[in-house]
Amino acid sequence: MNWVADNLDLIWELSLVHVRQSLIAIVLGFVVSLPLGWLAWRYRAARGGILTVTGLLYTIPSLALLPILPVLLGTPIFSEVNLILALTIYAIALMVRSVADGLGSVDPAVRLSATALGYSTRRRFWAVDLPLAGPVILAGLRVTAVSTIALATVGALIGVTNLGYLFTNGSQRRIIPEVFAGIIAVVVIALVVDGLLIAAGRVLMPWSRAQRRRQRRAALPLEVRVA
Amino acid sequence: MFTAKKTRLALAAAILSGVTLVAAGCASGDPLAPETDAPAAGGETIVIGSQAYYSNEIIAEIYAQALENGGFEVSRDAFNSGQRDAYIPALEAGEITLFPEYSGNLLQFFDPETTVRASDEVYAALPSALPEGLSVLDQSTATDQDSYTVTAAFAEENSLVTIGDLANVSTPLTLGGPPELAERPYGPTGLLETYGVPVAFSPTADTTVEALLADTIQVANVYTADPRIQTDDLVVLEDPEGLILASNVVPVVSGELPDGAAEIINAISAALTPEGLVSLNVQSTVDQESTPDIAQAWLEDNGLL
Amino acid sequence: MNLIGDAIAWIFSGNPGAGLAPIPVALAQHLMFTFVSVLIAALIAVPSGWLIGHTGKGRDIAVAISGAARAIPSFGLLILLFLVLGVLRTGEAAIITFVLLAIPSILAGAYTGFEAIDRKVIDAAQSMGMTQWQILWRVEVPLGLSLLIAGLRSATLQVVATVTIAAYINLGGLGQYILAGIPLRRFDIVLGGALLVAALALVLDGVFALLQRASLPAGVHAAQSEHHPASKKSASARTAATAAS
Repeated sequence: MNWVADNLDLIWELSLVHVRQSLIAIVLGFVVSLPLGWLAWRYRAARGGILTVTGLLYTIPSLALLPILPVLLGTPIFSEVNLILALTIYAIALMVRSVADGLGSVDPAVRLSATALGYSTRRRFWAVDLPLAGPVILAGLRVTAVSTIALATVGALIGVTNLGYLFTNGSQRRIIPEVFAGIIAVVVIALVVDGLLIAAGRVLMPWSRAQRRRQRRAALPLEVRVA
Repeated sequence: MFTAKKTRLALAAAILSGVTLVAAGCASGDPLAPETDAPAAGGETIVIGSQAYYSNEIIAEIYAQALENGGFEVSRDAFNSGQRDAYIPALEAGEITLFPEYSGNLLQFFDPETTVRASDEVYAALPSALPEGLSVLDQSTATDQDSYTVTAAFAEENSLVTIGDLANVSTPLTLGGPPELAERPYGPTGLLETYGVPVAFSPTADTTVEALLADTIQVANVYTADPRIQTDDLVVLEDPEGLILASNVVPVVSGELPDGAAEIINAISAALTPEGLVSLNVQSTVDQESTPDIAQAWLEDNGLL
Repeated sequence: MNLIGDAIAWIFSGNPGAGLAPIPVALAQHLMFTFVSVLIAALIAVPSGWLIGHTGKGRDIAVAISGAARAIPSFGLLILLFLVLGVLRTGEAAIITFVLLAIPSILAGAYTGFEAIDRKVIDAAQSMGMTQWQILWRVEVPLGLSLLIAGLRSATLQVVATVTIAAYINLGGLGQYILAGIPLRRFDIVLGGALLVAALALVLDGVFALLQRASLPAGVHAAQSEHHPASKKSASARTAATAAS
């Protein structure tokens, strides 16, 4: 398509911005969801509360959350900060459950043997629980990453520039290849990030190869936010 | 001892730092970032902004290229800044230096009750309406103002030349346009009071022209620089009573521009004609040219580059 | 908070102003588009998902579709179809978009519902002499219902969110207040619209949560209580089951 060939640099620039915005939200979401997920797993009383609150936040559509956040947090509504904040909240909501379930999926027998070997609780968490929970957490992280990258395009509606610009600009100028290019760019970035995460998982968790073969039969989590 | 665990940790650290570097590196050098940080030290960089409107972006790009050609440092970080509520505060704060605006709409933003309508009066009223620190350079003859437009066929059927002629149409009329038109003094209420034309209103926003062509609305508020007036054979109804607010392209400046910059911009404003602006838009939508290419071609054609 | 107060005042003022549709009309539009789209998507995805779950074939394709579909930005798809089909067919373009977005979740809900069923139960049914159809309708469908409803729930919320965005192409619905309020400089309308959308989403989510709980057969619920050791079920099936309880 001629339009795409003529505007590769525009698409590239927008992709960089898009990746930056998405990465910040994904990484922040991941980092915050680790302690939250641990809390939800460790203390049964906290679990209901944390999962309910994150679940409720996740339910709110993005275009609705974007005006509500500035009221609660004082961020300017039309800013990149606002968008990244909203994306982070969705990421946390998705990942908290993964972290909690991942930690919950660790075989209690393994945990007991670690304690029997003399591991303190804290060391056991970092050396045994977390690594073994890794595959489930990674699955959640993959879904979160893909979902965040697609969702970030909504920023165009509040004037935040990223690949979503190709949709609003293409809509104004009625240029179909521009919109199509935006969709393809988002999908490609999402699939690349997904692939990188899979690769990272293989490298960081070599013991999970056998688990992975077993888990190939497992379905991916159902809930995903793309709008 | 070099264990598998240590390898893993080392790899994890490497990946993490790699990701952070990429994320940090992506933070600079994009042409359309809406958020602007404080301008470069010394304030010599001219930060140009534009609306989330492709036509406005072309004008901003023209400013940018001409200034760069004149030896000035230009930043395009504030392009695609969305609505006035988003970028006017940035202008007032000095985060954006130069912005191509539209005189009438800008006046109305600061003085919603304004009664001036004609182009010269609007331009004269601007300096007192603008807040401290904001000023305007020369305005252009090019306009991008509201207009009441019908299809050529509809105009012929009903012998329409002026807006007032709509009063003679027997079938009920629906007006389409951006949502804010409903509240504007020259909106449906103005049509009724000034021209005696009753209309129903449908907030068609970006789909206005299509709706007009599809006859789901009969009268459309189409901006005068819209290329589809030409390409889709639309007729702009005349406004003898001066109902509609004139809105010429006018550059807004925050603070002071460096010496010589204002002359460059004024030369652009002088060279930009109503037909010229429409043709720029045609190049963008029909020919699907990129904004930088369109801007460069226009500057070269007008001997400004 | 003043802003929230203004927003709520606007919601109950009876007249949204600025030529905007009355709130009940917008709400009805929103629900209509959501309901129709999810229904059409279900008509396509549920039989397909059940077939995949029952026979075990075609699963990889289904997983691939669900995974890839997650990466598609719904806003972009909406605009693409809108441009391709033209403004006269905004409704059709929108519904096609919504249906395409809803299918993956419902499909996944349908086949994971079947997959989560313990094979022993199916074996028992077969040894009792049930035909394939009887197994499907008397065993698999009821047991898989809870996860199917989870899929429908996820799909519905996704469509509600996309219908909100579709106000950008003048589709109506509750999103029109959020998008129109911005150029109108009326943040009370923007926030009011946002609160309405949030409330709608939460209410629908609650309804589905109740349906999920109700659809879990009593016997299964008892078996999944806390004291049952984590079995060979996959983590995600357990996640889904936890979500269902």
